[in-house]
Amino acid sequence: MTMLHTVNKSPFEKDSMTSCLRLSADGSSILLIEDGVYAALEGTAMSDSVKAAMKNRKVYALQEDINARGVEGKVMDGIEQVDYAGFVKLVTEHDKVQSWV
Amino acid sequence: MSETKKFLYVNRRAPYGTIYAWESLEVVLIGAAFEQDVALAFVDDGVYQLTKGHDTAGIGMKNFSPTYAAMGDYDINKIYVEKESLEARGLTLDDLQHLVWEDEDEDWAEKDSIKVVSSAELAELMEQQDVVLSF
Repeated sequence: MTMLHTVNKSPFEKDSMTSCLRLSADGSSILLIEDGVYAALEGTAMSDSVKAAMKNRKVYALQEDINARGVEGKVMDGIEQVDYAGFVKLVTEHDKVQSWV
Repeated sequence: MSETKKFLYVNRRAPYGTIYAWESLEVVLIGAAFEQDVALAFVDDGVYQLTKGHDTAGIGMKNFSPTYAAMGDYDINKIYVEKESLEARGLTLDDLQHLVWEDEDEDWAEKDSIKVVSSAELAELMEQQDVVLSF
């Protein structure tokens, strides 16, 4: 059973991402969408926790939301950017989706 | 009703994920049209409102970031960005739009609108206002 976690809140405003990192199992996937994409950026107060999680979880970020916010140049290495079609594909490839709203 | 008050708009939310940033911008421009003394502060995720290069075509929302560059024409030239908020997000002044205004007392010389301030400086600025509106 693999789970896809989605996070749509900024990690600096809400603790959704922190809780997701604490409560997601090894081998699961995390997709950052909407304001959640700020967790994908290099050099922030959150970067180290996300990097640590990436050792045993795959992290994705939605390209459209990254471009909307003008931060495409700051996405951390190892985070895979997907478009809306990629989002749908991820949902079909996982058994369940948990939304950390 | 000719009294001019000092208004400070405090912006603490990222753009697009919620409507706060856009709503604030509309209220700011209305305040300026009533010839009040308007200043803006960008703190916490609010600093993301001013980043360069927004392209919202993919999310089907209006890109309102070019409007910040028009604020100089409304005599809005006091834009304070908290240094600590930038640093926590790995951002510098170079990541933000270059916002300017023209000083009519100095032959319309172009001047920077954004001033990066410390938390302590911003706290002092807030104390000096007549009205503080938070978004």
